[in-house]
Amino acid sequence: MKVLVAIKRVVDANVKVRVKSDGTGVDLTNAKMAMNPFCEIGVEAAIRMKEAGAVEEVIAVSIGPKACQEQIRTALALGCDRGILVATDEQVEPLAVAKILKALTEKEDIGLVILGKQSIDTDNNQVGQMLAALCNWPQGTFACKAELSEDQIEVTREIDGGEQTVRLSLPAVITIDLRLNEPRYASLPNIMKAKKKPIDTVTAVELEVDIGSRLKTLSVDAPAQRSAGIIVESVAELVNKLKTEAKVI
Amino acid sequence: MSILVIAEHNNESLKPASLNVIAAATAIGGDIDVLVAGCGCQQVAAAAAQVAGVARVIVADNGAYEHQLAENIAPLVVELGKAYSHILAAATTTGKNLTPRVAALLDVAQISEIVEVKAADTFVRPIYAGNALATVQSADAIKVITVRATGFDAAEQGGSAAIESSDIVIEQSCARYVSEQLSVSERPELTSASIIISGGRGMQNGENFLLLEKVADKLGAAIGASRAAVDAGFVSNDMQVGQTGKIVAPDLYIAVGISGAIQHLAGMKDSKVIVAINKDEEAPIFQVADYGLVADLFKALPELEAAL
Repeated sequence: MKVLVAIKRVVDANVKVRVKSDGTGVDLTNAKMAMNPFCEIGVEAAIRMKEAGAVEEVIAVSIGPKACQEQIRTALALGCDRGILVATDEQVEPLAVAKILKALTEKEDIGLVILGKQSIDTDNNQVGQMLAALCNWPQGTFACKAELSEDQIEVTREIDGGEQTVRLSLPAVITIDLRLNEPRYASLPNIMKAKKKPIDTVTAVELEVDIGSRLKTLSVDAPAQRSAGIIVESVAELVNKLKTEAKVI
Repeated sequence: MSILVIAEHNNESLKPASLNVIAAATAIGGDIDVLVAGCGCQQVAAAAAQVAGVARVIVADNGAYEHQLAENIAPLVVELGKAYSHILAAATTTGKNLTPRVAALLDVAQISEIVEVKAADTFVRPIYAGNALATVQSADAIKVITVRATGFDAAEQGGSAAIESSDIVIEQSCARYVSEQLSVSERPELTSASIIISGGRGMQNGENFLLLEKVADKLGAAIGASRAAVDAGFVSNDMQVGQTGKIVAPDLYIAVGISGAIQHLAGMKDSKVIVAINKDEEAPIFQVADYGLVADLFKALPELEAAL
């Protein structure tokens, strides 16, 4: 079986982004970019499935500008077999991403697609569910445990009150939550080896997918800033303030 | 305009987040119908009918919908939802699981976690962990939306909507429910608690959360945690407050041993009053706290418990 793992190039989680003064977006000039943290866990999950012998090939795909090759190389260094870059300089909305991934699952005869549950830039949490819908496949979202067997996958999902376990027949889509695994680091020999692994480049047009946008961003603004309050000297003063000043206890 | 709100429930009671979603629907304007899809969920339908602003409650009561599997409920929502201009659900794990599946089947975009309604087609939603607010306009015929509960005050009681049944049954065999492990707690639920006390990496281990529990008992508070505390294995993930955990906005939020990474602030910075207890006076959490106490939490928490 072949696994497709989707990875997104996003601003590094430790960068505090600033909104541009003209309200057109956030300023990412010279910002450090990285693989979306949830996608890293997804890559690790796919590689472990391959190491366990349940999967023959792991393909890493990213959609975006040429620079995404950097994140695909990282995935290859971690153990993915080959990469696909769907090259575009446009902002691609989740529905269009799902359509592109659907086209790739058909082309590559994929049995399982692994995605992060959300990206830390647009915070949408949509693509995996949309892809599953378009393929009419089952979905295991927010997975903290995933056990693959011959023709099914059992997924334990993070839900608001605890956990839920579902059994999905393959092919299926799973989206990854934080606790699924701890991603490894790429070793230097593997980084060198990854340079020789193939990355194909395709376009949405070649895949016959319309990536036209449905949403228009009218403005991007900075949220109201919360101003720092006061430092109290003791627990007694704190309790007193909460009772008499803030009146919340 | 007509709006279909997907009720969130456990087949017994309507979850509070649904009231915030109905409030968002009211802000959009138009007739509001509520879909209660579940099994043995008539009580939920009755509760939904009493919410102010609801015109009609549609109940789809069938075993196929018992566990809220998106594979079954999404096609139901699509079937019913074609008649509406908007489909709304709460941005909870249930809503987030279901709604994008609905949007894709309708071939429309989804607008995630709105916090404000500007117009019937224009909404505000946080991006980059709440460090920016995007105002987006949808060109789709049906707007599929998830609503961040903290952005809207709960709809009030006082409605008397008609209750109708839907006999559409969709059951797919590709996804099967196996089991659920729900945390049992006497404490209020995180997302609806008026006071929350949260612990971070500074708690050092899971046992030390007992110190928070004792204070929480005095305050009737819910207990939360930062991602650092969850990652370190101190507590379970359903306690996580932050960008990728729960978004909360209680009257009082007490952050203990939490440094205040942007991902955590994203989940709690709309709280009315924020208290930070941390021994590191440089911790970023103090920049958003109304009251900061620079102290060793192992001394401060027992003192706090005694003082309450």
